[in-house]
Amino acid sequence: MTGEGILLDVADLRARYPVRRSIADRLARRPRHWVRAVDGVSFSLRRGEMVALVGESGCGKTTTAQTILRMVESAGGTITVDGQDITALSQRRLRPLRRGIQMVYQDPYESLDPRFRVRQTVAEPLLVHGLGATRRERDELVAGALERAGLAPAGLYLDRYPHELSGGQRQRVAIAAALALDPVLLLADEPVSMLDVSVRAGVLALLDGLRRDGRLGVLMITHDLSTAAHFADRIAVMYLGRIVEYGPARQVINDPQHPYTKALLSVVPDRDPRRRKTAQILSGETPNPVAIPTGCRFRPRCPIAEDRCAETDPHLKLARGAHPEPHEVACILA
Amino acid sequence: MSLLEVRDLNVWFGLPGGGELHAVQGVGFDLDAGERFGLVGESGCGKTTSILAMMGLLPPNASVAGEVSLAGTNILAGGEDSVRPHRWTDIAMVFQGAMNALNPVRTVLSQIAEPIVLHGGSSAVAARKRAGELLELVGIPASSGSRYPHEFSGGMRQRAAIAMALACEPKVLLADEPTTALDVMVQAQILDLLVGLSDEFGLALMLVTHDLPVVAQVCQRAAVMYAGEIVETGTTDALFHYTRHPYTRLLFAATPDLYGTGAVASIPGAPPRLDEPVVGCPFLPRCDSVVERCERERPLLRLVGAVDGATAAHAVACHRDDAGGAGGAGGTQ
Repeated sequence: MTGEGILLDVADLRARYPVRRSIADRLARRPRHWVRAVDGVSFSLRRGEMVALVGESGCGKTTTAQTILRMVESAGGTITVDGQDITALSQRRLRPLRRGIQMVYQDPYESLDPRFRVRQTVAEPLLVHGLGATRRERDELVAGALERAGLAPAGLYLDRYPHELSGGQRQRVAIAAALALDPVLLLADEPVSMLDVSVRAGVLALLDGLRRDGRLGVLMITHDLSTAAHFADRIAVMYLGRIVEYGPARQVINDPQHPYTKALLSVVPDRDPRRRKTAQILSGETPNPVAIPTGCRFRPRCPIAEDRCAETDPHLKLARGAHPEPHEVACILA
Repeated sequence: MSLLEVRDLNVWFGLPGGGELHAVQGVGFDLDAGERFGLVGESGCGKTTSILAMMGLLPPNASVAGEVSLAGTNILAGGEDSVRPHRWTDIAMVFQGAMNALNPVRTVLSQIAEPIVLHGGSSAVAARKRAGELLELVGIPASSGSRYPHEFSGGMRQRAAIAMALACEPKVLLADEPTTALDVMVQAQILDLLVGLSDEFGLALMLVTHDLPVVAQVCQRAAVMYAGEIVETGTTDALFHYTRHPYTRLLFAATPDLYGTGAVASIPGAPPRLDEPVVGCPFLPRCDSVVERCERERPLLRLVGAVDGATAAHAVACHRDDAGGAGGAGGTQ
């Protein structure tokens, strides 16, 4: 798929990890097993957009991001960034492009080096990529990035250590380090889940503002459907390595099509004690991706599964009804 | 008289190099059998310190004052000697991250059986049988008890941690962030279990969390803590629909709602330092509805009229008469 202004296009992406074999398995020449962490994922993102990958732990959302960054090699499919296929680029040719794709990690208490001042943390990526010829030039880039991340005036923060900053400020420093390279694509992996409720909104508003400026697109990975509903343009719900529902955020929340999405939405607690939903609690947890069920992978936990669900592995297709933007669902009963 | 009554609980931590940090400042509430009460606040507000004080589990550099009465007996009256007979047998706790604190080299069943032998004086065989029953109670087949923690999923480990806290049949269970690291579906399963335990066995449940929606859905009443003190308490319905304290209102407004379309706003600033005395209202620097009196005088928790729909005592520590503004947090989004 190529289209006007598409910044990131992921098509049928696959990633797998080998399962460790014992010596006995090797001697008996038993076949190697693989965890199919990402098993045919497709979506796209335009500049100025935010797409949320939503799902429970183990659904493959983080591996998807790592594969886009080429930190994990894909086992199939293509990744196109700004019109260039980066799936098979050599590390040397990838490097200048990698600058344009930056990651913000979950935990700013872990992701920042405690011995680095803010100035060093934000300047580090510039040094790695050989940007900013002089110290003075680098200082300007660092200050610019900090202020873009909402830490203004930058002079107030430059010489501080992480322990002198609040959780929200730390995450802003991490975002500034990503912004220093002027990326076109920001991957944010649970960017606020370690932060206090009162500062989360500020960090989310920052990411929202950055993409609304139109210079970059944001792929946000989150398990929090309320956050995705508020900030993302589109939501992709993942289950066991596959996107099972994909569409405009409001539509996925207000008119969910897949039984998994419906169940997830039914258990999100509401702030209003008077609004009680009938929680549809699925038993068990996401099954082991080493042994993905045949047919529909959600079948064993699905409340509406029928016999024929065991026969076909459903792929995303347009949901019923007329929608201004495509709303897709991978369920033969939807 | 309530099953659990906490009155004027204060905790100070001695700091190296002198000085004291007043972590919990006059906290009080009641809890009845079968009732679910939420203690809500952000990190550092004193909620975990409060319940550790109630369990008598604070480190030696802490000093505690106040009353924690179980069925009329103040268990803090005589220090460790007066707490010990009640700890785990009357009042028990699920620690934050308990699911990750299981011993990796011992089976789950043997870890649950151990405290039963130590506290109940049961034989090893009887204790193992009891541990199996406890596992069944929290939704784990007793036969799985012979497995090791790493063979359990996160949700199962949390269930095992709850089973352990229930080993001596306590009347009060304090659960510290019991679902924080869990996925939303597993969170729903664990909350369902806790609600079932309080409904079925009359267990008094205190849920300590930063997650307002969880409290709104699980608890009948709640208290919001800020800077070591309770700033608002009442039914969860009153807290949401008849919000009186600006902090409660802003906290609700900072929590994204699945179906809400209004802006989600963070609360600027940070809580005050608790190692120096606070003059005036501790929330003042972050408050959006300050009156002149706020700078001079610290507001005390006072009862506010029961608005229709809010029957149980609703109290707020704020100088403004119309504190919180019109219609409660429910009207802001």
